[in-house]
Amino acid sequence: MSTTLETAPAPRPRQPVADERMARRSLLSRLLTRPEVGALLGAIVIYIVFFAVAPPFRELDSLSSVLYVSSTFGIPAVAVALLMIGGEFDLSAGVAVTSSALVASMFSYQFTANMWVGVLVSLVVALLIGFINGYLVVKTGIPSFLVTLGTFFMLRGLNLAITKAITGNVATNDVSNMDGFASARRVFASSFSIGGVSIRITLLWWILFVAVATWVLLRTRIGNWIFAVGGNAASARAVGVPVNRVKIGLFMAVGFMAWFTGMHILFAFNTVQSGVGIGNEFIYIVAAVVGGCLLTGGYGSVIGAAIGAFIFGMTNQGIVYAGWNPDWFYFFLGALLLGAILLNSFVRKRAEAMR
Amino acid sequence: MTTTDKAPAATAAPLVRLTDAGKNYGNILALRGVNLEVGAGEVTCVLGDNGAGKSTLIKIIAGLHQHSTGTYEVEGQEVHFSSPREALDHGIATVYQDLAVVPLMPVWRNFFLGNEVKKGPAMDIAFMRKTTKKELLDMGIDLRDVDQPIGTLSGGERQCVAISRAVYFGAKVLILDEPTAALGVKQSGVVLRYIIQARERGLGVIFITHNPHHAYPVGDRFLLLKRGQSLGYYGKSEVTRDELTALMAGGAELEELSHELEQAGAGSADAARLLGEEVHELGIDRVSTGDKP
Repeated sequence: MSTTLETAPAPRPRQPVADERMARRSLLSRLLTRPEVGALLGAIVIYIVFFAVAPPFRELDSLSSVLYVSSTFGIPAVAVALLMIGGEFDLSAGVAVTSSALVASMFSYQFTANMWVGVLVSLVVALLIGFINGYLVVKTGIPSFLVTLGTFFMLRGLNLAITKAITGNVATNDVSNMDGFASARRVFASSFSIGGVSIRITLLWWILFVAVATWVLLRTRIGNWIFAVGGNAASARAVGVPVNRVKIGLFMAVGFMAWFTGMHILFAFNTVQSGVGIGNEFIYIVAAVVGGCLLTGGYGSVIGAAIGAFIFGMTNQGIVYAGWNPDWFYFFLGALLLGAILLNSFVRKRAEAMR
Repeated sequence: MTTTDKAPAATAAPLVRLTDAGKNYGNILALRGVNLEVGAGEVTCVLGDNGAGKSTLIKIIAGLHQHSTGTYEVEGQEVHFSSPREALDHGIATVYQDLAVVPLMPVWRNFFLGNEVKKGPAMDIAFMRKTTKKELLDMGIDLRDVDQPIGTLSGGERQCVAISRAVYFGAKVLILDEPTAALGVKQSGVVLRYIIQARERGLGVIFITHNPHHAYPVGDRFLLLKRGQSLGYYGKSEVTRDELTALMAGGAELEELSHELEQAGAGSADAARLLGEEVHELGIDRVSTGDKP
């Protein structure tokens, strides 16, 4: 042992040069290592299927409404994906959307305040829900699945009980005549048309959120930390990453996106049903998983989650356009999602083997 | 290969020096009367079996624990570290067995994790990629792609990334906690080569191991620990590999075992004779077990 060590010349430092072994990796194989590529292939297949079987699906107006539906699920899915990459779940996100809308609506109505006051109060409440979820998870060490399952039921109960106690009804009062409603509606729920095609403003917000979140995830220190806390929290802590703060921050980001979606619902429909939103948390999670986020954390992409939400939107609308019995919607949705997930994991394994 | 006479001039204080250091946990004496030093460009090996006090010793040097008796000096200054961060500020970095890496993340992200280089609000990714590639090359690791997940590297390579990361972020003394424990023969060789490389770059290395075959080729000094006490502290010229092995194997106990076997009866006599011969060959009789002054 000692003789081999003494005689073996230590490799001399060399200047980094373009590595000849890199040539083997073509652009295609590099592309295939991206987490969102499985979802992208799935989305293309589903698009082609509906394009073939449902003539109304081919129209631009249909695409616009598909994108609208996708955006209402895609906006919270942005934060849910970040949270999943950070290694946690939030099952309360679906009802937190409703809670945000209820708070803004009832606060402004009961105090006859400007709508914007209600909007801001609701933002504080939504961030607080996220903070409590995150704080409980990092301080108790209980899996976020259980902690947020608890807050999910609590919010569900609160939504109904408080709404009934205040309005005497299961829905809030119409707020469309309140001060500030028109301007808030322009921000959260307006639409405009380009070349005769109506575009909902949520689509623009969705694109903005996806772009910002992707930039944060891939280009900033916070993004590095998100991958690290999801991939190996103990290692991240050992090299000085503030693991608890990152996780709490991610739960609050989910709170923020839930708030934004809640505001859209409030200003699009003027009144809020206290029982809605249940089950949507699964669609956000499914969008993230279909988009290539690893359920165990540390790997994934926000663009993938956006494609996942788009797959949901296409299926949701496509079945109607194809004239299929909508009773079958959830069956088709489940089958398509399962297919997308299988494709995704197949592509990822191939991509990993190629490296 | 460097020998002990390449040690820095006597005027320069060693990077790390423990004198008669000990540690008590309540009334339990975890470590007693340990002397150890490491200078720039030297490797000091700490050898000992499980429970010998190796972990307590590194925890003192790394700043996780404070010594209860004796002195701990860094570059001639007496210190009492209250946190690993403080030790790090003095240039003492520890590479633990689990390495503190995130397997799914690219090599360059792991390299700079917790010490990201910023350029405005974003990270300076081009710089971090280039630096990672260059630092690893300097350590003799030629990576095909710094974007590959660190989990795809071999155990030895991962160890080396962790070492070069510590070096890049200003370590003057590296504490390596059993870096070869989980590795095969070839991978261990790779890690040992990087230990030599680190030494040649002028770092002090404290190499914790239970394998004398790994320690002897790279070490300049050898501290043997047993049950929290120093069993011996040798310069390379004062001890041979066989003597080191014998000491590690617990030479005195082997001899005792051979006597016991002798008494056990005819069947064991042969085994006893063989063991006795081996003990003799290893030269345990020649090695004193006292502390070197």
